[in-house]
Amino acid sequence: MNEKEKQKKDEILRILEENARLSDNEIAKMVDMDEGGVKAIILELENSGIIRKYKALINHDKAGIETVQAVIDVKVSPERNTGYDSIAERISRFPEVKSVRLISGEYDLSVLIQGKTMHEVAYFVAEKIAPLEGVRNTVTHFLLKTYKENGEMYEEEEKGERLAVTL
Amino acid sequence: MSDRVADRVKGLKGSGIREFFDIAQQTEGAISLGVGEPDFVTPWSIREACIFSLEKGYTSYTSNWGLLELREMISDRVYTDDSVYYDPEGEILITTGVSEAFDLAVRAIANPGDEMIIHEPSYVSYKPCTLFTGGMPVCVDTVVEDEFKLRAEKLEQKITDKTKAIILSYPNNPTGAALSIKDVEEIADVVTEHDLLVISDEVYGKLTYDGKHTCFSSLNGMKDRTILLNGFSKAYAMTGWRLGYAAGNKDIIEAMMKIHQYIMLCAPITAQMAAIEALRCGDEVERMVSEYNRRRRLMVEGLREIGLSCFEPKGAFYTFPSIENTGFKTSEEFAKRLLLEEKVVVIPGSVFGAPGEGFVRCSYAVSQYEIKEALKRMGRFLERHRVV
Repeated sequence: MNEKEKQKKDEILRILEENARLSDNEIAKMVDMDEGGVKAIILELENSGIIRKYKALINHDKAGIETVQAVIDVKVSPERNTGYDSIAERISRFPEVKSVRLISGEYDLSVLIQGKTMHEVAYFVAEKIAPLEGVRNTVTHFLLKTYKENGEMYEEEEKGERLAVTL
Repeated sequence: MSDRVADRVKGLKGSGIREFFDIAQQTEGAISLGVGEPDFVTPWSIREACIFSLEKGYTSYTSNWGLLELREMISDRVYTDDSVYYDPEGEILITTGVSEAFDLAVRAIANPGDEMIIHEPSYVSYKPCTLFTGGMPVCVDTVVEDEFKLRAEKLEQKITDKTKAIILSYPNNPTGAALSIKDVEEIADVVTEHDLLVISDEVYGKLTYDGKHTCFSSLNGMKDRTILLNGFSKAYAMTGWRLGYAAGNKDIIEAMMKIHQYIMLCAPITAQMAAIEALRCGDEVERMVSEYNRRRRLMVEGLREIGLSCFEPKGAFYTFPSIENTGFKTSEEFAKRLLLEEKVVVIPGSVFGAPGEGFVRCSYAVSQYEIKEALKRMGRFLERHRVV
């Protein structure tokens, strides 16, 4: 891939990361390519697994959908040969688990869990995570309020009114 | 006392179009492409720095010249970006927006009767400010065939022994035109040959999409002849802060400072504190420019798709499509009917001088959604009014 193609590809990724619902035609205009070219690049990005998924970012509170989320700090004993990978993968397979990250510091994994009730989440940690072989310690932090997620503010920022006409 | 208002103000052309603008401001549900400022809020780190300065109690006057720290940072930035050095002490003056800087520049150099060459279509304040000083605006047309660039030959034709300065305004409002190095070098040759000054308003200088902007004073021999005007409004989304600066030859900047100290004393300290932070966060500018570029392409392609011929703008955040193949005689009529029928605000090109007639200014400093919706409405409008 030459430098110019790489630039186009990166620009398309930036555009989709901000708004995945733009049409191929609109993206084509923005990056000065034909629609077919954009389609091909996006298909390749999807096939190669660079684009993982297109999803909506939803403010559950506002939608009136009751959810409880918690961040679980997990301390683990790394395994011979596989290090943290095998335990991280095992944790990742639970559908209740929204994200799993290896972190530096006192704890090793940061795990985000989503459930319907506090009880459900606490129970899940106690029953499924804590007893796993290799897990030495867990700390559960329930999330109380989300202000910003994935770069988006959850409450619309108040904006001053712009004049309709300025020369 | 029958004449309460001074003659030189009465003599100014009353803006007949103001009525249209008033309606535009008040129309509910209108999409305005008439905006002349970024739709981004000032980046948070800049706002935060200003709040912090207030908490610390920075509420006093500053030096007439502006805060030395800010002048030093401007000097560094201009040197880094444009390879021209200005001494923070004596060659840079902080002003209340580029508007004030422009007024000071003209007042500092123009004697009554001196001719100032202004290329049109262009920003609306150059002519009146020149007239206030008793100077004579002399207009030179730029045309779409030249991509609205000021051509050296055309410029030369307007020069007389009374010509004092050229007012240069690129990247241009309203056309979005930008000049290449070759273009500016040709203008610089004319300036040298006829021993002129240049007031270069480069407030859109950071917003270019096809190569970097060339700062006029960075050209060989031009620093001494150029009053460089720039500000924070467009590049840092700080329009309401009113902060700009002038940089140039010590004698002229000193003269501008003399006027500034009597009429303004100093630019607001809150804005100056914020500007210091603005100069520290260059990344935000880059992010805004790439977003503008996407919108620019959406808008230009969209205008062409609905049947308006549109020159590709290379800077600022304006497109300047032609309305020649519509059924309207004037750009004002076009704009009025478009507002009435489809609630889209565009600015008639004639507002920016006679050569702007036949065009309308459409700003793309609006969201992608608004661009698409405005184009849809304009498309419908043109379907009804196209000349077959």
